[in-house]
Amino acid sequence: MTTPASSIALVLTGSVIGSVGAVFLKSGALVLRPTLSSVVFNWRLGLGILTYMLSSVLFVKGMSNGELSVLFPMVSLGYICTLAWSRLFFQEVITRAKIMGIGLILAGIVCLSLANK
Amino acid sequence: MSSITASPDMRLVDHHKRRQAALIVACCTLLIAAAQLLIKIGANRLSHAGLTATLIGIFTIPPLFAGYCLYGIFTVLFVYALRHGEVSVLYPIIALGYVWVAILSAVVFHETMNPLKVLAIAIIVAGVAVLGWSGGKH
Repeated sequence: MTTPASSIALVLTGSVIGSVGAVFLKSGALVLRPTLSSVVFNWRLGLGILTYMLSSVLFVKGMSNGELSVLFPMVSLGYICTLAWSRLFFQEVITRAKIMGIGLILAGIVCLSLANK
Repeated sequence: MSSITASPDMRLVDHHKRRQAALIVACCTLLIAAAQLLIKIGANRLSHAGLTATLIGIFTIPPLFAGYCLYGIFTVLFVYALRHGEVSVLYPIIALGYVWVAILSAVVFHETMNPLKVLAIAIIVAGVAVLGWSGGKH
């Protein structure tokens, strides 16, 4: 069984949207206090969960056809986006090692696509 | 006195907690692998479904719902960990789950593991490990 390109596209799109969810979760976690109301009425966490749900629907649809061992590693595209958002919104530093990590992940995704043929 | 709590030196004080947060996320990868297995089992029933049916399926197909419940547990632990670490460090550690998922794909779903696929997954895991490692050093 090979994995259709449409499944790969759905999983990659879901991953990018999911990385936006991580930004909302992080900004929500920053203002979190150890009370229940602080968690329940945190709109940032709520928006983060909604974004994750949208990403999940695309991910599950993508997963419905094809191989888990090909599709799941494709999620790593999201980490590259997360790095970009972290730099943009949280002023986190992008070091040379991080750029190396990005290069490796991209190379891995390309290899995985080639292995699928 | 009022400015002390907002000092940028908090980063140094929190170093131990940041390591602890990374460890929690690393342990969560086993949870993720189990969730992925359940999600794939559930998703297989949606091969001809549209996006709306897929959304409903997440709540009505038992293995799919169970998989996302595990993700829910993971998310609570992850939000807790995020308070003490950088998103760009903690988020990639989750990818340790790729190793477990690759093994489970072969064992449970009998998916083929050609050398290029194994190499590709290894490169991705290495990339993610480099990201995680680099985050602690500026």
